[in-house]
Amino acid sequence: MKRLEELFFKCLMIGSTVVLLSVLLYILFVVIEKGLPSLSWEMISQIPGGGFYLGKEGGILNAIIGSLYLIFFSVIISLMISVPVVMYLNFTLRRKSRFAAFARLTFDVLFGIPSIVYGAFGFTVMIFFGLQASLLGGIIAVSMLIIPVMIRSIDEVAVLISPDLVEATKSLGATNYETLKVIIRQLLPGISTAVLLSIGRGIGDAATVLFTAGYTDSIPTSLTQPTATLPLAIFFQLSSPIDEVQNRAYSAALVLTIIILILSFSARYFSRRLSKNKI
Amino acid sequence: MLFATVMAIFFLFLIGGGLFVNSLSIIKEKGLWTLLTTSNWRPFKGDFGFASYIISTLYVTGIAIIIALPLSLLTSVYIIEYASPGILRAFSSVVDLLSGIPPVIYGVWGTLTIVPFISEKVAPHFNALSTGYSVLAGGIVLAIMITPLIISILMEVFLAVPKEMREASMSLGATKWQTVKKVVLRKSVPGIVAATVLAISRAFGETIAVLMVCGNFTDIPKSIFDACYPIPALIANNYGEMMSVPKYESALMLAAFLLFFIIVVFNVISRLVLVQIDKRYKL
Repeated sequence: MKRLEELFFKCLMIGSTVVLLSVLLYILFVVIEKGLPSLSWEMISQIPGGGFYLGKEGGILNAIIGSLYLIFFSVIISLMISVPVVMYLNFTLRRKSRFAAFARLTFDVLFGIPSIVYGAFGFTVMIFFGLQASLLGGIIAVSMLIIPVMIRSIDEVAVLISPDLVEATKSLGATNYETLKVIIRQLLPGISTAVLLSIGRGIGDAATVLFTAGYTDSIPTSLTQPTATLPLAIFFQLSSPIDEVQNRAYSAALVLTIIILILSFSARYFSRRLSKNKI
Repeated sequence: MLFATVMAIFFLFLIGGGLFVNSLSIIKEKGLWTLLTTSNWRPFKGDFGFASYIISTLYVTGIAIIIALPLSLLTSVYIIEYASPGILRAFSSVVDLLSGIPPVIYGVWGTLTIVPFISEKVAPHFNALSTGYSVLAGGIVLAIMITPLIISILMEVFLAVPKEMREASMSLGATKWQTVKKVVLRKSVPGIVAATVLAISRAFGETIAVLMVCGNFTDIPKSIFDACYPIPALIANNYGEMMSVPKYESALMLAAFLLFFIIVVFNVISRLVLVQIDKRYKL
């Protein structure tokens, strides 16, 4: 009887693992199968031409460049905030500091807040300062979204660095700046994984940029202009009744998926490569 | 550095405060209770009842959890207790990939596969008419989205159960499954609850993917084949026009504040539980 129960649950467990694996493969399969036929060089190298939304010529370069601009600046801003925060939590405060525990809890909670709330809040801030939907607004909203992602994943690596390392460096007569260099060297795998993770989260999110970045057919040339983004390009084109436009949405989805896959694989590669320097 | 940290913490309160201040004007006019329990939504006449949105959100989330929880429990037990280290490593890439896929891609996939499947196969089977854009479609897509989150937390929770406990149980003659059932799972109950609560709060806030598959029709859904309209979708769809209608902005801010409030409470509780688990076994 207990062997039977064992066997039954083992089958169930293997079954559910296989289901999950096949769902992943099925998603990738559908995206590739639908997206590949209409993916062309024109799609990714041109901005929308006249009658683009009726199925005429043009591509989604505006959305690709827009997303890249947006994520580039957001990552820079978030790094400038996250790295000092992690440094402070791990190397200035004591290990069992209550403040550090409270701060970590806060970042966990911020991490759990849905992107639509960041979008809505970003929008109220923009109204407050009299900003229109723009690249700048999008950058602010996406930064808010990815700062907790970044802090958490850098922190995961930082807690593994022993405080002895800091003391050893200092006892050798290193200045604060030199100590900082040693710590940064150790944090590097964490930082690079964090950057890739947050790019993945930020570039794929639609709800934050929906109201803050707006949408446009041209590539933005200044921070105050609205900008197109890949997730919204997919979303808007999918709701079109015209088949050709819908097919473009599928190929845009394929482009986004490929970007995400590359990011995910390089995150694994980097964290393995760079951890060679770890002690 | 201290300044950056304090700013980042302060930010949580800033969001909450900002959304709350903006939603005050509608609460003052209508009263919170009326807003939450009536389902009349006619912004142009000044009626803002959130009931159908709240019920839609609960429905979709409920279905997602019912599907996702058993699936992720079974999978993570298998991965941690039974599978070889090779499978463990390979599978954590699968979880990473699944959690990395953007919501909008899940939405595209859902409209291509789940929606037609429901309207052509599932609904006729139950003699129901459905466009496929339904509570069920939203629930299934959400389930797949929250599964990687639950699994990654559960794997850590199971790993936190000391190896000695398993060995003690096995040496008393228990089978592997008995050990899992009576030792690992029992020890992990707080962790499983915490993971579920976190998953619920994630499901509450998911916007684009759900919006794309659930039909967005303002009414209290009567069956799982009916279209529904969860709160995040409501916010996302109506931002464009809200500025021109009085009180509309305030109503949507209230919706955002509700989401924010529930999610913060859920997150704080489950994180505290998870931190306790961490402390008990790892130190």
